[in-house]
Amino acid sequence: MADGVTDGVTGVGAGGVTGGFIELDRVEKVFDVRKKTGFLRRERHQVRAVDSISFSVARGEMVGYIGPNGAGKSTTIKMLTGILTPSGGRLRVAGIDPSRERTRLAHRIGVVFGQRTTLWWDLPLIDSYKLMHRMYRIPDGRYRENLDRLVELLDLGALLDVPVRQLSLGQRMRGDIAAALLHDPEVLYLDEPTIGLDVVSKANVREFLREVNTERGTTVLLTTHDLQDIEQLCSRVMVIDHGRMMYDGPLTGLHEIGDSERTLVVDLERELPPIEVESARVVKVEGPRQWLAFPASASAAPLVARIAAEYPLVDLSVREPDIEAVISRMYAEKATS
Amino acid sequence: MGETTKVGSTAGSRVTDGLRAYLLIAGMWIRAGMTYRTSFVVTVFGNLLLSGLDFVGILLMFSQVDSLGGWTLPEVAFLYGLSVTAFGITDLLLGSSEVLGTRIRDGSFDTLLVRPVPVLAQVAADQFPLRRFGRVIQGALVLGWALFAVDVDWTAPKALLVPVMLVSGAVIFGAIFVAGAAFQFLAQDAAQVQNAFTYGGTTLLQYPPTLFGKDLVRGVTFVLPLAFVNWLPASYVLGRPYPLDLPTWVTYLSPLAAGVCCALAGVLWRTGLRSYRSTGS
Repeated sequence: MADGVTDGVTGVGAGGVTGGFIELDRVEKVFDVRKKTGFLRRERHQVRAVDSISFSVARGEMVGYIGPNGAGKSTTIKMLTGILTPSGGRLRVAGIDPSRERTRLAHRIGVVFGQRTTLWWDLPLIDSYKLMHRMYRIPDGRYRENLDRLVELLDLGALLDVPVRQLSLGQRMRGDIAAALLHDPEVLYLDEPTIGLDVVSKANVREFLREVNTERGTTVLLTTHDLQDIEQLCSRVMVIDHGRMMYDGPLTGLHEIGDSERTLVVDLERELPPIEVESARVVKVEGPRQWLAFPASASAAPLVARIAAEYPLVDLSVREPDIEAVISRMYAEKATS
Repeated sequence: MGETTKVGSTAGSRVTDGLRAYLLIAGMWIRAGMTYRTSFVVTVFGNLLLSGLDFVGILLMFSQVDSLGGWTLPEVAFLYGLSVTAFGITDLLLGSSEVLGTRIRDGSFDTLLVRPVPVLAQVAADQFPLRRFGRVIQGALVLGWALFAVDVDWTAPKALLVPVMLVSGAVIFGAIFVAGAAFQFLAQDAAQVQNAFTYGGTTLLQYPPTLFGKDLVRGVTFVLPLAFVNWLPASYVLGRPYPLDLPTWVTYLSPLAAGVCCALAGVLWRTGLRSYRSTGS
């Protein structure tokens, strides 16, 4: 079954390792970790952050790369940008070996780290862009055209003269995304691009990314904690945990594989005993509010209709399963089969 | 600015790429700093005064004694001027590399690695501290005075040694800065160790070699070749005996010492960069 998860349901990425724009063939990253165990004694052991991962992304694809904390997502991104050198396996981006030709590759990729900025912290936003113009040797006309377009789409006009450190998180993120796209990269890596953003900013960023992908054909690889990012943007999702590829295919398949459940939260008029209804079970009751779990593959509509017919319903909401839940279910599945 | 997108991997083109990137980044910081002209002038002037304080200390000493280790005030001023000017140039150009450890620790070093220009240039030019120009001015002023005041028969080789010392000295200090930066890949709080060699080194060289024990002089001649910044060539120019018995031609080896230091620092930097492991997220 363990292999079945990765092989059996592999969707778009099944084509093998030839012809992809991003290609990984059994890539590994092993870290030596030294732990202090005594005054001078140190214990050495190895941590496999990425353990024999293979996948291929075609030009123009938009792929979500998800997994819990410490799964190896960022390590993979860092190998794809050339920041880290793989310990084993073969890795190519646009035909280039990232760690060997890091600066050559840099002209062709754009990177957004959600956790930190690539902009110059103490300088006005526009200064960072001017510097990138020269640093990336972007032709003048192209630079002006791109800048105008990005400023308009990301609504940066009023922010250009503000020092980066004074920008809010959402503003800074937009500034960073613009910076990553000024030089027309063929591939855009986004490491947690919506982390810490409010709902409106998240929606704006997603909308913009979709446009970049469809209009310019930019290949996008994004890591995220937010399943909604994936749902709204990516036709393909890869799940990684403990450095291993757990799943590669469409998002719907992930729900089936994980046999995950969605949660229906209903507010009743008053406190009532747990709702009894087919195809769902109550998992929690708190005063007039009740939580019901039902299969993610089933539609919520008939369930809601049935409850509304029999109970005094005031309000309701549906919660999607989060990645951690889906993945833990994938494990449970493997253990029992 | 040509549209040469060819980013070759040969050493020569890497150096020109690095210099170009350095000038771009430093230029941006200078322009940013110049927006507040008064503040700039005040900080440069303040820096000049501050770095002048240690020369005031030397002057005070000479108000009590006629010579230091057998060297007169103009001769010590000659050493001082050479050391401070050479170090000032390096500190101005490469001093920012000191914060590399911080950048590695907080993870922002990653962002330098995704840009299409050499990392060392980015590290060195970051926050380009034009205020440190004050130290160069101060050193040059003392050196200028010393050149007139010392009792020397200026021959062509002796006169030529002065600019050679400044350039070689700056390069030797630069190599120490780069080696120190490389060391920060292994120990992120090693900036203080680096300071001991750079700031400590320039202070040591402000005083005549005859003041120090032979072991120390041997150390800074053969191990960490700081003596080539000024001690050795300056002893020759001033006609002072050097504590160690060395042939005269050694005097002219400063550029060679600088070149060797540079090559070693380059190797260290590359090794350090290769061992970089990034942070967790």
